Amino acid sequence: MAASRLQVPAEVRRGDSFEVKISIRHPMETGFRVDDSGKPIPRNTIREFTCRYNGKPVFIARLGSGIAANPYLRFFLTAAESGQLSFEWVDEAGERGDALASLTVVG
Amino acid sequence: MKRDWNPPLASAHRRRLIAASGALLAARVFPTRADSAPLPAIPELEAYLAGRTPQFGRLILDLPRLADDGNAVAMRVTMPGPFAQGEHVTSIALFSEKNPVPKMAQFEFPVPPARVEIESRVRLAGSQRVVAVAILAGGAVHVATAEVLVTLAACLDGP
Repeated sequence: MAASRLQVPAEVRRGDSFEVKISIRHPMETGFRVDDSGKPIPRNTIREFTCRYNGKPVFIARLGSGIAANPYLRFFLTAAESGQLSFEWVDEAGERGDALASLTVVG
Repeated sequence: MKRDWNPPLASAHRRRLIAASGALLAARVFPTRADSAPLPAIPELEAYLAGRTPQFGRLILDLPRLADDGNAVAMRVTMPGPFAQGEHVTSIALFSEKNPVPKMAQFEFPVPPARVEIESRVRLAGSQRVVAVAILAGGAVHVATAEVLVTLAACLDGP
């Protein structure tokens, strides 16, 4: 599912906050719209988005129909150890998506 | 006979009137931060607060004053530190006054965040006030509100 665009700095100083930007392609269907034949389109939004830093959850976003289509998130994490940032999300249809980034911590 | 269009009394009265309308106009164009205003009545928000008394002023919710398209409105919520030990932010929730689903999002920090700043884009079904609620590990509740004028509301038509 769902292509995403992720932006994470390649290298950060230990102890510094760094910015994470992610944009996920998803309609975030509200359930209030109808298709061309007048049938309601069932609600389907990304319910849960989890960011893990070396396997440990560090940021969770519970979204809903109040978040715009193709949800964009920008948040900050604190650099501790070099390793992997993983992002995982699931929508109401049960479809999952993920993205990965490696982070090098210096200093 | 020359008619006096500017009798001193009427003139003073008019000047006062002009000054007053100017002040009124300025108040409309440059509203004061709505942070001190009471919270809008949103049942889901009241349930979420569950009787806890929120504090105003520390949490900052930024939304544009005027949004052309309610389908995607830039939103930023920040809470400047420093945070005392055991007083870090654990979650931030967003509530809408007019959306069919009032709770728009909830962000959680499983580990104490060094910098509390979240940006996203929200859907808004019409002009309204939006409320952000931050809960701290020590149990303190901080709120911020922002008023948005939405020209084209979301949810009424397709994106």
